[in-house]
Amino acid sequence: MASYDTSDIRKGLKVMLDGAPYTVVEFQFVKPGKGAAFTRTKLKNLLTGGVIDRNLRSGEKLEPANVETKSMQYLYKEGDSYVFMDTSTYDQVHIPDETIGDDSKFMPEQIVVEVLFFNDRAVGVTLPNFIEQKVMATEPGFRGDTATGVTKPATISTGAQVPVPLFINEGDTIKIDTRTGDYLERVGRA
Amino acid sequence: MDERSRLLGRQPVLVVRAAILRAVRAYFEGQGFVEVETPSRVYAPGQEIHLDAIPAGRDRRGERFLITSPEYHMKRLVASGLPRIVQFCRCFRAEEAGPFHQPEFTMIEWYRANGTMGELMQDCEALVEAAARVAGTWPCADVPATRRGSHGAEAMPLGGGFQRTTVRELLRQHAGIQLRGDETEAEMRALAASAGCQVTADAAWDDCFYQVFLDRIEPHLGSSRPTFVSDWPLPLAALARRKPGELLTAERFELYAAGIELANAFGELTDSVEQRRRFEEESAIRGARGKTVYPLDEQLLGALEHMPPTCGIALGFDRLVMLVTGAATIRDVVAFGDDEV
Repeated sequence: MASYDTSDIRKGLKVMLDGAPYTVVEFQFVKPGKGAAFTRTKLKNLLTGGVIDRNLRSGEKLEPANVETKSMQYLYKEGDSYVFMDTSTYDQVHIPDETIGDDSKFMPEQIVVEVLFFNDRAVGVTLPNFIEQKVMATEPGFRGDTATGVTKPATISTGAQVPVPLFINEGDTIKIDTRTGDYLERVGRA
Repeated sequence: MDERSRLLGRQPVLVVRAAILRAVRAYFEGQGFVEVETPSRVYAPGQEIHLDAIPAGRDRRGERFLITSPEYHMKRLVASGLPRIVQFCRCFRAEEAGPFHQPEFTMIEWYRANGTMGELMQDCEALVEAAARVAGTWPCADVPATRRGSHGAEAMPLGGGFQRTTVRELLRQHAGIQLRGDETEAEMRALAASAGCQVTADAAWDDCFYQVFLDRIEPHLGSSRPTFVSDWPLPLAALARRKPGELLTAERFELYAAGIELANAFGELTDSVEQRRRFEEESAIRGARGKTVYPLDEQLLGALEHMPPTCGIALGFDRLVMLVTGAATIRDVVAFGDDEV
């Protein structure tokens, strides 16, 4: 791949810095009155999520990061890895436990996620922001109990426990924010 | 937004801008300055390595360019015997566009023959005060969040005198660097790296300097009150003379306030031999980097022969308006930004 120039910098551009892939979050033209032009850039590490600031001098070369995202469906767990299928080519990949990490809590079978590949190796998944899941187990609810702030644990198919309001019953379908693990609302009744 | 409602929204700042310009003019008149006008289309727009001029046609004498600053012609006027001159003019710099940059902007440039750098500092303080009083932001201007440094305040005190520091003091304090001014390029790259700044193997002396400056110093600069940064290392002298009694320091200061580089001043170099040497050096670097090489201004070099010791300064008028109105970008203080023409 040809390298980029600072004039190619735009939001979402994916480049290599210090051996890791980054995506440009923000950029701004700056120029000291008597000095060279720079691009003040905020970049996010695609592997760790960490954000760094870098002032890149006009004309500095940047290597493109060989990264791509694919929509893939999670099929099943096999040993220490999760098996995903490319929804357009039907290719399957195994992604190890440690790459998925805590995301597995909100990754039920059949869900379609965005898988990030770096140098053709899967390095991370991005879940949809919201999922809808049936409650597998919870203490019985109390009809009409809508007291706010009081919760009880509810278990979903992945085994994750979500704090839910007291009126939720087994078999109800609830909406969950995968970024926070918070219950949002009941979308179906048992 | 359609243009009519956009301009309607900008009316208040345009009214303030016009009033500030009147106040600035009144200040210079009170100080006994003569307001002058010099050509915008010139043959020698300036040798500075990092400034590119916009071509403006060709005639029998050669190619013309729009001025990047009115400096050369104003110095020719000073040398002719006008001791205090000021100009308000449009300057043009190719490919400069950002929150603090427009390819076309308004400069206030003034010279004091037999004057001192201290007098120029007093001028700056007086102009900021005059502008802030007109804008109703004296003695404390708002600073929008996008312009704040890491130590940034929400309001910037403009009264009570500006801070004074030096380049070397800032480098020592914020980057842990002791700079002499005679380092080789390789030594500069090592110094920048020691401050945790990433520079490429082809970075020139001034590139290394500005990398450290932007990475380590600028976030702290002028964030608690406007700050004069003096005593620039000789390789960054540009058109400044050497400070008397010092080998590696140029008589130059810059004024920073709330994330804005507001003005740049020189104890003007009047040694025409030294000036020619610097022009030729800069021309050679421009050529080596594949940039347009402009002709030397021989009339300026001739005029320097009889120019009195002079201090001169350029102040970005749009940025002055930004500072005292609390604007986030330069487009907010002009009627038509470069993309609104």
